[in-house]
Amino acid sequence: MGRGMGRFLLKRAINYLILTFIASTGVYFLASYCLEPAMNLLSRHPRPPMSSVYSVLASQNLDPRVPVVERYWTWLTQILFHGNFGTMIDGGSVNAEMGRRIFVSTELLLLSTLIGSITGVMLGAWNALRQYRPSDRISTIVSYAIIAMPVPVIGITLRTIDNWMGSPIQYTGLDDPNAHGVVAVVLSNMQHLILPTLTLWLVQVTLFSRYQRSTMLDVLNADFLRTARAKGLPFRKAIVKHGLRTAVIPVMPLLVYNIVLLFVGATFTEKLFGWHGMGEWTVDTITTNDINSVAAIGVFTSVLVLIAGLLSDLVYAALDPRVRV
Amino acid sequence: MTTEAVAGALAADEPTKSRGRGQLILRRFVRNRLALVGIAILVLLLLGAYVLPSILKWQYTDNDWNYLGTSPGQGGHLLGTNHSGQDMLAVTLRGLQKSLVIGLIGGPLTTFIAAVVGAAAGYFGGWIDRALMWGLELLLVIPGFLLLATISPKLAHVSWLIFVLLLAALGWMITARVVRSMTLTLKDREYVLAAKYMGVGSMKIIFRHILPNMASLLIVDAAVQIGLIVLGETSLSYFGFGIQAPDISLGTLIADGEPDAITSPWMFFVPAGFLVLIGLCSAFIGDGLRDAFDPSASGAKAKVKLPADGESDSQQVEIVSNTVRAEEGLAS
Amino acid sequence: MTSNNTPVLEVRDLRVTFPSESGAVRAVRGIDFSLRSGETLAIVGESGSGKSVTATSVLGLLPTSAQVTGSVLLEGRELLGLSDTEMSKIRGKDIGMVFQDPLSALTPVYSIGTQLMEALQIHQNLSKQAARARALELLELVGIPDPKRRIDAFPHEFSGGMRQRAVIAMAIANDPKVIIADEPTTALDVTIQAQVLEVLKTAQEVTGAAILMITHDLGVVAGMADNVTVMYAGRPVEAGTAEGVFYEPHMPYTIGLLSAVPRLDKTERKALTPLEGNPPSMVKLPKGCPFAARCPIAVDICREQEPRLVDVAAVPGLQSACHRAAEIGNGDLAREGMFPTPELSEWEGESDRASRPEVLRVENLIKHFPLTKGAVFKRRVGTVKAVDGLTFDIREGETFALVGESGCGKTTTLLEILDLPRKQEGSVVVLGKETKTLTGKDRRGIRRDLQVVFQDPMASLDARMPVGDVLAEPLRAHGWSKEKIQARVPELLSLVGLLPEHAERFPTEFSGGQRQRIGIARALALDPKLIVLDEPVSALDVSIQAGVINLLDELKVKLGLSYLFVAHDLSVIRHIADRVAVMYLGRIVESGDAEAVFESPSHPYTQALLSAVPLPDPRKERERQRILLTGDLPSPADVPSGCRFRTRCPKFVGLTEGEAERCRTEDPASTAMAADHSAACHYAAALEVV
Ligand code: SF4
Ligand code: SF4
Repeated sequence: MGRGMGRFLLKRAINYLILTFIASTGVYFLASYCLEPAMNLLSRHPRPPMSSVYSVLASQNLDPRVPVVERYWTWLTQILFHGNFGTMIDGGSVNAEMGRRIFVSTELLLLSTLIGSITGVMLGAWNALRQYRPSDRISTIVSYAIIAMPVPVIGITLRTIDNWMGSPIQYTGLDDPNAHGVVAVVLSNMQHLILPTLTLWLVQVTLFSRYQRSTMLDVLNADFLRTARAKGLPFRKAIVKHGLRTAVIPVMPLLVYNIVLLFVGATFTEKLFGWHGMGEWTVDTITTNDINSVAAIGVFTSVLVLIAGLLSDLVYAALDPRVRV
Repeated sequence: MTTEAVAGALAADEPTKSRGRGQLILRRFVRNRLALVGIAILVLLLLGAYVLPSILKWQYTDNDWNYLGTSPGQGGHLLGTNHSGQDMLAVTLRGLQKSLVIGLIGGPLTTFIAAVVGAAAGYFGGWIDRALMWGLELLLVIPGFLLLATISPKLAHVSWLIFVLLLAALGWMITARVVRSMTLTLKDREYVLAAKYMGVGSMKIIFRHILPNMASLLIVDAAVQIGLIVLGETSLSYFGFGIQAPDISLGTLIADGEPDAITSPWMFFVPAGFLVLIGLCSAFIGDGLRDAFDPSASGAKAKVKLPADGESDSQQVEIVSNTVRAEEGLAS
Repeated sequence: MTSNNTPVLEVRDLRVTFPSESGAVRAVRGIDFSLRSGETLAIVGESGSGKSVTATSVLGLLPTSAQVTGSVLLEGRELLGLSDTEMSKIRGKDIGMVFQDPLSALTPVYSIGTQLMEALQIHQNLSKQAARARALELLELVGIPDPKRRIDAFPHEFSGGMRQRAVIAMAIANDPKVIIADEPTTALDVTIQAQVLEVLKTAQEVTGAAILMITHDLGVVAGMADNVTVMYAGRPVEAGTAEGVFYEPHMPYTIGLLSAVPRLDKTERKALTPLEGNPPSMVKLPKGCPFAARCPIAVDICREQEPRLVDVAAVPGLQSACHRAAEIGNGDLAREGMFPTPELSEWEGESDRASRPEVLRVENLIKHFPLTKGAVFKRRVGTVKAVDGLTFDIREGETFALVGESGCGKTTTLLEILDLPRKQEGSVVVLGKETKTLTGKDRRGIRRDLQVVFQDPMASLDARMPVGDVLAEPLRAHGWSKEKIQARVPELLSLVGLLPEHAERFPTEFSGGQRQRIGIARALALDPKLIVLDEPVSALDVSIQAGVINLLDELKVKLGLSYLFVAHDLSVIRHIADRVAVMYLGRIVESGDAEAVFESPSHPYTQALLSAVPLPDPRKERERQRILLTGDLPSPADVPSGCRFRTRCPKFVGLTEGEAERCRTEDPASTAMAADHSAACHYAAALEVV
């Protein structure tokens, strides 16, 4: 990977930065226009006077009487110069909340993505090799069924099954609030991971296996595989060493991209299983008209896209000698 | 030898009379049993959603106060009732209507946007290409779910059609990329060059030669998009960001039934079942169409060289639909 | 060549059937052959004759759906029925294979060295160092320059010729007893082909292996093979020594094939002998001789009974499958004239070139592209001088051929003419009008008068449109009325030898030759003056080529057309061109009257090019001295100083230092050799090479 590639990545990064900037700006304006934080305060009992509502809003840089461009400027300079994303609608710090939630999401996602990608790639390659045999047909149908299921349906189905079986697995929240002692908390935490991880794993394994299957099918007809066999490699070995190695190239960047973006994407799973992560926050902030938090999520997501994009370019280059000239 | 003599000689050698391409595709499609089942179920669902309610005893607006939240079979409620005594079958059919319409409008619409943008970017190149691709990347960076959810309060009182439009507007990007890259290869195909050098206009070339030649990709994509749009709608409606009362969709029903999924499973699993059915049908039909258009994609047959860019269009479709899923995965 | 008596490879009654949509495809219907060490057997046939399937089945690499019966014996050991594991001990060790397309035959993600070492280590217990040392030796052997550096290169960093050398190195890595080469040079340019064939011969000498060569090119066969088997419709129809098959064929198909090939060594200008019709479908084979439908001497029994391959009395070692072989052998049926050859129509216009009007003039045309690197990470790293100062003109009623190998800039030239760009360096004048300054109306006029026929008849016709619509498209674009179009379409079809009814059919229903006729009809639709022909016959089988070339010749005379004929096949050009220009790295190095250029080529490149073309004549091939060019075409982004051919010029090597200095510093200008013949070389001198 020479200098040319460094320059290329720099160019990409700058392009992404501009896109990120535009996207977050867009989200800020959109949120300011669509959400009405005043509603939250006004619906309290007893109804607070208008003047105090405004003063609360003003303290949070949400005062609707101030032009939106001005509010945007304050918001932007706060982030750029102080790294401060402002306050949440309930007065808490957005930064602190975000930090907490990123941690929660990470714990939830790490395991499932890891297993999901590995099993997905393996299953896909295996299915491609056994194309149209019963095992391939069955996994095709099953994966279509899973693809056809929205995540809440998967999650709720798992929850219901668990219940019918007499709730062997607990699932609400990170761990059992009644657990005491480090060991008990850790054990309980692990138990609470099972169902949401299963949900996320199901989604990812189908996705990646379908993708891997189709790139693998492409490669199965490739001339170089025939060359490898003509050299004397037995079928299986040729497939793994030459076929899979090549077929994995287009899958990996997608995989990386997808994994990075999951950090804000596990909305349903977090919501269903009561994990207070970034995904859940997305929904909660909108329903509570929390403009500053929505904007922060906007920034976070587009930065993730930036990272995901650059990372997948890097992975691509690492895997394929043809692109790193 | 004069040309007439040549004609004579050639006439002896008739071009092989074969079935038209359309007929061949149809034959292959029909042979795919799953795809046929998919079509049949989808048609049945459509018919059911629009014809059945008029012959059923209960309308979705009726409340049967004697049977609140009863399980299937009781009181003549085939699929039970919900807590307000509405017949689950009637309500679900109503939701099905909306979801199907959303899918059937939104899916093809998404593909259409993708086709036009992708083909224009690929064919014209230059600054048109750069501008369109930049816009595309921007849309990819903007978190779609966040965007739709944020706008949703403002959409509460406008037609659900706007909502469909938005779903389509946020779902076309990956397909457009594939269309663009295929256009880039098609653009240099000799029949396109031939048309160009004969003096045929650019727009005519795009609509006569370029898009029709990826018809297989577009049709399959549209089929798959139907399922994806329905899924997207459900996800949003589930959080209350999508279809708003008094409209009902499968998504709102699933959201309503969720709290009772364990105690009164029919309230959740009836609409959920229909939803999965739509998704499955759309996937099966897409799969069948793909095989019908391009039997080589299914490998088992003779070895066929893939086009230079390494992917045949049907495979691309699978990649598209998977990638779309990946993006959609944002909302898992 | 050495030969002992026990064959290393023996194939008996091999049959291969594939299941398909429309029924069982009987790709190979019984073939026998045997190969001895050091011997080369060529299996010749056109596309679909079953030759490649035969080769692949020897290695056991056919898809599992194929049913293979018969027997394949390697030194007496039966290979059919062996498991994949057992076969893989033989593949690459006892039998090496070279495939057609060097572009896709190597795994893109591993370096050449890694792949070569893998081939060694599968079968030999070698340490990494030992394998690497041996790999370097092998690369050296197959003529890869600077192997120490190149061994770690990836396949995409190699040119096509280099890759094919690497594949050959892999095939001979373990000293195989048999090398199977499946169309090993089809994807390569002639000069590279000559190099690669040389490498194959060296490989054979070093390993003493037998070569089984699969090809459609009779010229390559003549130069390489000791024995030849001609296949048609899945069966051998003639087999014997190369001399027997080439000089005394007893089967009409072989006779037809040999007379249909355009030959570089035929000086007299004559129409080619077409072999009309197409091979039968392998699914529904007709009863009797599969060639009967195309055979001019078929008799009743031919349609009843399929002839068996039997010994021919007159020629020892020759076997033919024809009911009338005896009559052919004893001279009752003459080979000459067995297939009717049409009369060549003669141009009747003004014969003095200077007084004929000019239809195209290209002056000092230059086209440079930015050179970008990387598929994903694109960036500009230089300038490709695709066309670098090109000047020529075409006069009415003339066929002007632009010849050159891939990368010489001929396609770019063609596109620069057809695109009618508004910005251009140099000038293109079509029918007296400079294209840069055309008004909208003139531009349409030029689009009408200037038409094009492309290489691949499958790709140049939109498969979704019936032929009638294909032909109507240019007419519609130029505003013809419905009625006029309806009258014009059948007229066009019969002009190119098709029937008016064919208008309703789709392009896919036609054979390659017929499709190319449709492409020609479309080009004729608007009554053009100049037609650009971009490799119009190179995608067609030889037997079909001849008919299309004759048609083009005839149409030119009949309609008073002029052609700009772009091609790489010198034999075809020799047959059709009036004037020729040879291109190298964006320049014309030699041009003039076709006769003059072919008879007394004066530029060293032209000489090498002509001498690289194999002749379908074993005796001549054996006696010929080839001028082999060294190395690959330099990148057009990095054109050598002075004479651009000097890095490969065979003459340059023999020059004195003073003379060579001139080649290095001074770009040779085009100098006249004769009235209509010029070459751009400081030391141009005529040399007969064919
Ligand atoms: S057997 Fe008959 S049809 Fe066949 S080649 Fe001989 S003469 Fe012709
Ligand atoms: S000018 Fe010199 S280098 Fe060039 S072709 Fe002539 S002899 Fe060769």
